[in-house]
Parts: sequence; structure tokens; C-alpha cells
Amino acid sequence: MKTIRFLLQKEFIQILRNRTMLPLIILMPFIQLIILVNAATFDMKNIDIYVVDQDLSSTSRGLVDKFEASPFYHLEGRSFNVEDGREDLLTNEAEMILNIPEGFERDLRRKNQASLQLLINAINGNAAGLIQAYSNHIISGYNQHIAVEWTQGVAAQKQQPLEVVYSYWYNPEMNYKIYMVPGILVILVTIISLFLTAMNIVREKEMGTIEQINVTPIKKYQFIIGKLLPFLIIALFELAFGLLLGRLIFDVPIVGSLWVLFGVTVVYLLVILGFGLFLSEISDSQQQVMFVTFFFMLVFILMSGIFTPTESMPDWANKVNVINPIAYLMRIIRMILLKGSGFADIWQEFYSLLIYAFLSLGLAVWRYRKTA
Amino acid sequence: MAAVTVDHISKHYGSTAALRQASFEVDPGELFGLIGPDGAGKTTLFRILTTLLIPDQGQVRVRGYDPVGEYRKLRRLIGYMPGDFSLYGDLTVEENLDFFATIFDTTIEANYHLIRDIYQQIEPFKRRLAKNLSGGMQQKLALSCALIHKPEVLILDEPTTGVDAVSRKEFWDMLLKLKQQGITILVSTPYMDEAGLCDRVALIQQGQLMKMDAPARIIEAFPKKLWIAKADHPYRLLLDLREWSDLAAVYPFGDSMHLTAHSDDLDETRLKQFLRERNHTSVEVARANPTIEDCFMDLMNQ
Repeated sequence: MKTIRFLLQKEFIQILRNRTMLPLIILMPFIQLIILVNAATFDMKNIDIYVVDQDLSSTSRGLVDKFEASPFYHLEGRSFNVEDGREDLLTNEAEMILNIPEGFERDLRRKNQASLQLLINAINGNAAGLIQAYSNHIISGYNQHIAVEWTQGVAAQKQQPLEVVYSYWYNPEMNYKIYMVPGILVILVTIISLFLTAMNIVREKEMGTIEQINVTPIKKYQFIIGKLLPFLIIALFELAFGLLLGRLIFDVPIVGSLWVLFGVTVVYLLVILGFGLFLSEISDSQQQVMFVTFFFMLVFILMSGIFTPTESMPDWANKVNVINPIAYLMRIIRMILLKGSGFADIWQEFYSLLIYAFLSLGLAVWRYRKTA
Repeated sequence: MAAVTVDHISKHYGSTAALRQASFEVDPGELFGLIGPDGAGKTTLFRILTTLLIPDQGQVRVRGYDPVGEYRKLRRLIGYMPGDFSLYGDLTVEENLDFFATIFDTTIEANYHLIRDIYQQIEPFKRRLAKNLSGGMQQKLALSCALIHKPEVLILDEPTTGVDAVSRKEFWDMLLKLKQQGITILVSTPYMDEAGLCDRVALIQQGQLMKMDAPARIIEAFPKKLWIAKADHPYRLLLDLREWSDLAAVYPFGDSMHLTAHSDDLDETRLKQFLRERNHTSVEVARANPTIEDCFMDLMNQ
């Protein structure tokens, strides 16, 4: 016990004395939360549109006004020639061209139908989809508006026999930030715990201190606990700190039990720490371990469902995610914080993580040898 | 019973043999030196003795314990100072010492008498980070850390490499004091002048122990007569001497050359004559007493 306490004391002295590490541990939650949460949003604002109104009727002008009045759009320019708009698309000055052909109002009055053209920059398919959805919303709204106006309200009632009323649960305002904060927190504790452990033992190897430690009567379990516990504590501190920031800055709801959340996180961290320890045992230099760690981090993070729901990933990706620990915590933390899920709702993920923790720690313990 | 017994051990790294059938014994309380060039297998041998490496063949006993099977018991009895500085650079002098004392389940106070002479020299800097110490002071700290648990056998891998001459002398003075306290010491060094301070030395080359005895007896047993030659231009002297067919070996020794002849006799006058013909000035040729280095050079040439 005394030995472990001393190992811990030594690790903490070293961490606190490290002039790069300490500020990073404090600043990282701030920077990641504030920058990433605000930047990584899928809400579209100020979409630049280019209007080509070849009809110049009161109806076409009314439609353009609707777009201009929307906070989502910003009128980049207008002209009578579609080619001018294309230029703007190419230079990225406009995201969309609204092309109203000549005779728009006439066709609408005579034939009761008319066509419009939307040209959308779809390099980012996600964004293009959103722009299209927003535009459709405006156009169909306007469609109803003129239908009501022209037929004095008869058509409107006829056209909408079914009314759909939405109610968004767990995030009623569909606030993207509330969805992102828990995700960022997962990334935060993962980076801290994985990198710190992975670098730590390799550093002792590089400095040669491992040699000196190995000739002492320190027991394997003491050494491993001494290496894991400090980073477990730091990662939990980061989670608490990040949660506090999320609560204060973004008003993230904490519906579920924090005890359950921290309990699950401890098990999750054991998986990550064991993995980090294993990586550092099989590597010889900090550079090596950095590369390998980075590789796994990137794959696991992008597949974890931080930006895109895992449900919409292909079947094989979901199968790969069975071994992706980040995906588990990503799901659990959102369930607990936003939905208020209790242990009964997440026990399946919890036990999966628990088994995973045994495997990963077992691997690390098995691989750690004091003699070559 | 011997403090250390090494019986025909071999160790290979891939196809390279680092140790070949090495055998020797070290008596309790002995200061035993392992002398050899870089890559001779000194570190490998020490790593086997300190339980860090498992030999391919052979038997090892340190204080009666097998470093492979009984490493747990053995680790409490040995103090090891690796060749590279291997303490925590980001901990202070005192923290390092305290750390190693604690993991050996002891305290600085309990064994302070052992390290007093050494530690007192670095104590004024005890709040300084270990990485900010000079090379000599780092070695003193490393020795203190290796001694803090009162080991019975102290194993030091090239402790004076890269240390200035004064610190080297101080370091050896300390080893001699430790020897008086009954600690068995194994030390390796590439410096031949340090060999003379050991009770016994073993010369090692390419993984083989070539000779083992007290330094004085090794010198006594030097089989040839030795001459020393001096002139104003040592390098030219070396080249010219190599052309002189009577000589068996010529090698630089300080600012002069050591020579051995094929026969027991060397015609000094003729050699001087030859050198003067080659335009050497201040030529001196005389008989010399062999040193450990001469013995080592002789063995290497065989």
C-alpha cells in the first residue's frame, strides 16, 4: 500500500512539474468545448443565395422576399442570367441559385402549376440536403400562402387533410450544442487517458528509468496500479470539470444520475488505460507510440457516432463498433445526460465495457514483463 | 561461498553472440573489475546478474540465488547502476533518493550511514532537479540511489564513463570505502587505469573472458619485454615503426609508443639509427614496465 501511494505521489509530482502537460490538462476542456461545440454545428445560417428572377412578377418577387426575410439566407446577388449565378457558385460566393423562369406567374394562374429551379452546391452532401430542405420549406409555405390568397382559403383546407404536429423529445429546441457537449466530453477523457498512459511508460523506457525500476522489488500489480490510477483520477477530474463548463456555458441538461455516469466512465477508462498501457509496452519510442495511438484514436472517434448517428452507418460499421469503446460511452453519456436513462437502461453497454476492461487490462498485465 | 558465480553462460542476440561460455567467481567483499572495449559484452553480463536478462545457457548464482528463478529475493540484495543515467530527471535529488528508498521498503535515515560520504557532496543541491545536475553529481546521486537499500552486491556498469578526471578519482575513492564496509562490488570500465584499483580484474573481449587475476599478477605474467619509443612527431613515428620488421606490436600509449619485439632482444641502437634516417628528432628508445593496458593489447592481438 505504501509503495503504491509513493508511486502515485511520484507520478503526480512529475505531471504537475511538467510545464506543457499541466496547462494542457486545464485548458483542453475549455478550448475543446468552446471551440468545437460552437464550430461543429450542423445548423445552417447565412446561406448565400443568388437569385435569377426572369419572371419579375408580383408572385416571383413575393417568393424572393420570403427567402430574403428568412434568417437562414443571405442574398448574395441577383441578375437575369443564370450564367452569372454559376460564376458565383464556382467562386464559392453563392451556395445556391434560385432560378425563376419567365412565365412563372402566368403558368401558375393558368395551369395551376409552375416550375422553379434550385441549383445547389452539393460538395458537402449533408449541407446541400439541409439547404434543399430549408428551401422546400419556404417554397411550400409560400405555395400555401398564395393558394389561400387566390382561392380565399378554400384550397388550403382541401390540400391538408392530415395535420402533423411534431414534439421533439429530450432536446425540444433541437439544440445541436446540447448534443455535441457530451460527445466532446467523451473525446476529452479519451485523449487525456489514452495519450498520457501510452506516453508514460515509453518515456520511462527512453529515459532508462524503467531499468532502475525493474531491479527493485516492486511487484507487477503495484507498478501497473501506480501507472493507471493517476491518469484515471486526472480523466475523471477532466470529466467533472468539462461537465461543469458544459452546464455553465451551454446549459447542458444533466437529467440522469451523475453516479451512474461516473461509474460507467470508470469502467470505460479502465478499457482505455489498459489499451494505452499495452500500446506503450509494445513500443520503443514516444514517436512510435504517438503514431499508433493517433491511428486508433482517429478511427475510433470518427466511428463512434460523435457527429453522425451510428444507426445510419452501414451494417459492417456497426459490427466494427462492437469493439469500439468510444462508441459505447458516446451512446451512454448522451442517454444519461439528455434522456435521464438509469442503470437499468444501459446495463447491456455497461457489461460489454466491463468485459472489455477485463480483456484490455488482462492484455496489458500479460504483456508487461520485467525481464527481457 | 562465492558472492557471485557465473558458470559457462552464453547469450545471443539473434545471430550475434554477446557472451560466449563466460565463467568466473567473485568472492564476498571483493572489488571485481570487468575491463573491455565497447561491445565486449559487459552490459549483457551485468544485465543477466541483475535479473534483467535471461541467459541462453549456463548457471548464475548471486549470493546463492538464481537470477532467473529467484529474482524476487535477489532484487532486494543487489544494487544496480546502469550505464546510462537512469533516474528521474524531473524529480529533485531528494525525491529520487526518497523514491528508491521507499520502493525498497526502507528510509533514507535508516541507511544514511552508507551513503553519507557520497550524499553529503550533493546534499547542498537536494532541491535541484536531477536533470540539472552535472555528470559527476548525477553519478553520485545514482550511486546513492543504488546503495540506499543496503545491497550486499553492488553492480556498476561503466559508472565513470563521461565523467571528468577529478570526479572519476572521487568516485573510485568512494568505491574503495564501500568495499571496506564489506559490500561486494562488480564494476565495468573501459578505462585501463581504473583496473589497477580493483582486487581482481577480468579482461573481456567479444563476449569471452580472456584473463582473470589480480592486476599486479596480470602485469607480472606479461610474457614479453616492452620498450617505449618517443619522438617529436608521434604519428609519423607510429607509421615508421610499423615498417620495422623486428617488432611484433606497436601501439600508441599517451604521447609515446609501446613496442614489443618478436624475440626477447631488440637492437635499440639500430632502431634509433633507423628512425634518425627517417628524419625523426628527439628520438628516445628505452625499456618500459608493462601496465594493464599492455596486457590487454597483447591479449587482443592474439
